[in-house]
Amino acid sequence: MTQAPERYMGNGIPRKEDPNLVTGKANWTDNIKLPGMVHMTMLRSPFARAKVTKLDVSAALERPGVVAAFTGADLAEEWPGGVPCAAVVTEEQKTPFFPPIVTDEVRHVGDVVAVVVASDRYAAQDALEFIEVDYEPLPAVVNMEDALKEGSPLVHEDFGTNECFTYTANVGNTDELFDRTDDPGDAGAEIRGPEVQGQGDTDEAFRRANVVIKERYIQQRLLPTAIEPRASVAYPDPGHDGYVIYTSTQVPHLAKIVISLATGIPENQIRVVAPDVGGGFGSKLNIYREEILAVVLAKRLGTPVKFVEDRSENYQATIHGRGQIQDVELAADSDGKILGMRVKLLDDMGAYLQLLTPVIAISGAAMFPGVYTFDAFSIEIKGVFTNLTPTDAYRGAGRPEACYAIERAMDSLARELDMDPAEIRRRNFYEPFDEPTANPAGLMYDSFNLQAALDRAVELADYQSLREEQRRRREANDPVQLGIGFSTYTEICGLGPSHALAGLGIGGGGWEVASVRMLVTGKVEVATGTSPHGQGHETSWSQIAADVLGVTPDDVEVLHGDTGTVPFGRDTYGSRSLAVGGIAVYHAANKVIEKGKKIAAHMLEAAEEDIEFEGGKFSVAGSPDQNVGIGDVAGAAYLGNDLPEGMEPTLNETMTFDPPNFTFPFGAHICVTEVDTETGAVKIRDYIAVDDCGPVINPTIVDGQLHGGLAQGIAQALYEGVIYDEEGNLLTASMVNYMIPGAPELPNYTLDRTVTPSPSNPLGVKGVGEAGTIGAPPAVINSVVDALSPMGIRHIDMPASPMRVWKAIQNAQGLQSGDRQEDASLGASAAGIKQGGDA
Amino acid sequence: MIPMAFDYEVAESVDHAIDLLGQHGEDSKLLAGGHSLIPIMRLRLAAPTVLIDLGRLEELRYVRDGGDHLAIGAMTRHRDLLFNDLVKEHCGIVGWTAGLLGDPSVQHRGTLGGTLSHGDSSGDMPSVITALEGELTIKGPQGERTVEAADFFQDYMMTDLGEQEVVTEIRVPKLAPGTGWSYKKFSRRSQDWATVGVAAVVERSNGSIGSARIALTSMGATPIRAAAVEQALSGASPDAVAEASQSADEGTNPSSDDAASAEFRRHLARVFTQRAVEEALGR
Ligand SMILES: Cc1cc2nc3c(=O)[nH]c(=O)nc-3n(C[C@H](O)[C@H](O)[C@H](O)COP(=O)(O)OP(=O)(O)OC[C@H]3O[C@@H](n4cnc5c(N)ncnc54)[C@H](O)[C@@H]3O)c2cc1C
Repeated sequence: MTQAPERYMGNGIPRKEDPNLVTGKANWTDNIKLPGMVHMTMLRSPFARAKVTKLDVSAALERPGVVAAFTGADLAEEWPGGVPCAAVVTEEQKTPFFPPIVTDEVRHVGDVVAVVVASDRYAAQDALEFIEVDYEPLPAVVNMEDALKEGSPLVHEDFGTNECFTYTANVGNTDELFDRTDDPGDAGAEIRGPEVQGQGDTDEAFRRANVVIKERYIQQRLLPTAIEPRASVAYPDPGHDGYVIYTSTQVPHLAKIVISLATGIPENQIRVVAPDVGGGFGSKLNIYREEILAVVLAKRLGTPVKFVEDRSENYQATIHGRGQIQDVELAADSDGKILGMRVKLLDDMGAYLQLLTPVIAISGAAMFPGVYTFDAFSIEIKGVFTNLTPTDAYRGAGRPEACYAIERAMDSLARELDMDPAEIRRRNFYEPFDEPTANPAGLMYDSFNLQAALDRAVELADYQSLREEQRRRREANDPVQLGIGFSTYTEICGLGPSHALAGLGIGGGGWEVASVRMLVTGKVEVATGTSPHGQGHETSWSQIAADVLGVTPDDVEVLHGDTGTVPFGRDTYGSRSLAVGGIAVYHAANKVIEKGKKIAAHMLEAAEEDIEFEGGKFSVAGSPDQNVGIGDVAGAAYLGNDLPEGMEPTLNETMTFDPPNFTFPFGAHICVTEVDTETGAVKIRDYIAVDDCGPVINPTIVDGQLHGGLAQGIAQALYEGVIYDEEGNLLTASMVNYMIPGAPELPNYTLDRTVTPSPSNPLGVKGVGEAGTIGAPPAVINSVVDALSPMGIRHIDMPASPMRVWKAIQNAQGLQSGDRQEDASLGASAAGIKQGGDA
Repeated sequence: MIPMAFDYEVAESVDHAIDLLGQHGEDSKLLAGGHSLIPIMRLRLAAPTVLIDLGRLEELRYVRDGGDHLAIGAMTRHRDLLFNDLVKEHCGIVGWTAGLLGDPSVQHRGTLGGTLSHGDSSGDMPSVITALEGELTIKGPQGERTVEAADFFQDYMMTDLGEQEVVTEIRVPKLAPGTGWSYKKFSRRSQDWATVGVAAVVERSNGSIGSARIALTSMGATPIRAAAVEQALSGASPDAVAEASQSADEGTNPSSDDAASAEFRRHLARVFTQRAVEEALGR
């Protein structure tokens, strides 16, 4: 062979997954039909908080097709553990017992009161109306600040408070820095976990400050809205003790453990399969009461049980994302150099703790300093129970919140000092580095070159002409004003070093497993513990394995998402898959080559040190004609009749990779908006994103991740937001009024990349799944505020709907003429504002 | 999002549909494109026990030249109107607006008769037909009658339709050369219902405005004519548009919801009335 071996990594080869997905051959959970299968449907609470005073399912049992109906009391012995929460963020954290079906009190709209099992979904749904249930409605807690007030109704009365936890990280004296005597601060408070540390003398920094920015930002609740809602089929494993559950999840391996903990069924009697999964965005990084119930009912009834939620249930009962009130203070000198930062968060838990609810904000805590280097940092986070749907991870999970806060504050600082927003960012960037470097919170950033990314974005945007156009429009008093918004971000990916995860309060287990097997026919099986649900791991892992093994991606089959096929794994979330799971594949494939060299040396009668491997062939150094292909080596390994002395047969290598550090992708985004000052409508004219996720395995997949992430980030900034009324009723209960933008609302993105390898792994890869949702929201809001800043507008909460923008303009004009107008009719949706929804 | 159980009947003709309505009584409903009815059934806000499908009545799917007007069959799909040449030539506002209803799949299923009969004042077509001063032909057990759009829409989701009646045809005037039109729709997302919509049909005469007919979407329980603006513009110079539009919200009764407060709707009605009339004058 003279032809140079093809390299697949770095090529945008078409996704292996797509032909099945686009021709309707995907194996969605709802497509699974088993003999004797019955359907379960939940009776859900219409009240945010109420005592259940009467509950009788007997009339439902009489309905056609109904097989069974149960109350919480009927099944309570089946879930000794309740629905488990895996996170303990402080020793005092209050973790309520979370029953799959309640027995006394409902705590959010959509809470489960009873379950009906019937021959089909329609019969089950119709039968729900025949369950007799009486509620005694109680006052609900819908607003975090009210929840913490003396005398507030309590979500969990036995705790005596709605405070779930208070987490602080602070060293030094941030308070003096800000010179605020009204705020005693947390000087000397205990530092929890090695990852988040306040550093430096923050008090001192704030005392020295020439400028102090003090702002409040709201992270509204968001609905993750995977296109495939949750679905599960559980059945007794034929011929075995135990149960199989097919479920639309990101985390089959975690589900196996959690279902065991919840039900007491031994872990080795549970097999979890994630078939094709139609998106998750964090919402399927959870083990839900319905999944536990499906297993419990399969056990009780001895037959397959299916659960499929509809969209309204999805919006009421699948986790929500975000939900923070952020008080942010930034101290800087007159050159715009940041001296210190103080952050106080209220984080909305909702009514119960799901798998990771309390740790979401904490996992973003150390990211508030963003891409800026300074000395003093402190943070306090209070988790608050409300009578709303539980929150948990949503694409970005903690980092979009952090990024938004610092990036919005940077713009305010620039405005205060009358500096260009790009310039103030440059003044605070780290000098480029490629060895781990501590951030103000003690996190070790892996490698940065923000300057290159920002320079490229500025060039692509043609920044100076944009400012020119903006000036012209301002001078002409154009009703449509131009806004230019920056965001320079970093995110923490590659979850994560096990010891660091332990420090965060989630035990550990940040490793990932891969097995690479050469089959006797020369084909390759890669078994990965990651669990893709749209990310294209089958393609990317094939590219990695193909390059290491000298085969083609078509020779490689990637197995995933089945605890029976891949016994160990930590699944897919937190942009971890490539930087941890992909690296495990890389290492396992290299182990195959190492063993292959020994076998080849034996076959070629040469010394092992003399064997070279390239392009799928083992050859003797200096005499390339003396060679043997990897397929033949695999055959020899499989047959095992002529191997080196003492060698185990088969080429089947497993690697468990526990990364030494996280990875920190970064980038620079510029959002160009046109704001119609007469209607409040915001149009994104251009969106430039220069992202650095290290070397790229498949550029098409990376661009796809960015497109989707940017769409969701723009959605948070301009469109989406959960709205509850004062009683805790979910008003955005369907896609009609929950504002997911579509293609017509979104711009054509201008994407580019810089490449700064990570020292955290041998491929230098960083991760890209959440870049868009992290970078975009502040870029968009900064742009809208930039457009309107001549009117004196300093902030508009997300989502910046036309009405909000118009209101801000009205208020600004009122202020200018000295007579501030309040729109009385806005009062109706004030609850939405209060707890972070739309208004 | 699962409807109650229901029976399904296919109407072979308009008379058959009327018979079926008689047989099944008040719990039966006509099914046209299903794009308003099925969603509310899925939310269990409506639970008819029988659906009578008009979907196969090809004889109600047409656009005909009626001399001074266009006659449009009730089962004509939005998408048919979007690409119809007669509509394009004589009453462009109908085709243009059809292209703004939801998205292509909605336009392929939904019908003109359906969207008018549904009587939702946030629908776009009710205002357009109102601004055009169109007429509906309605057939029932007692035979056929004609009703003006202004009288057809009675209250929120309430029309002049009797229990056993079927809308068969909609008539809109052919617009004379020199008559401009515009439909301005403001919504959060392109496929959403109008937060506010403004339909304007403006006759020009010798450089000034002869007459203007303006109807508003989502500004009350029915489509509402912006009578004060129409009056102010009658015989007025085009320079008067901005000021006249300031009274666009007079006599309206908009509601407050997530998309807009009543106050914001009033403001939008003023802005878009001006924009619609100006666009109509330029067309
Ligand atoms: C996603 C989505 C987006 C949409 N966006 C818009 C939008 O932006 N603007 C807008 O205006 N509309 C919108 N619609 C509604 C759409 O235009 C509907 O098609 C239309 O409102 C109803 O027409 P239909 O033929 O589907 O009627 P159906 O839903 O079949 O019927 C509606 C009602 O009218 C009655 N009916 C139907 N035909 C007759 C008849 N000939 N005689 C008597 N009664 C009859 C039915 O019994 C029923 O009560 C949207 C719908 C969807 C699903």
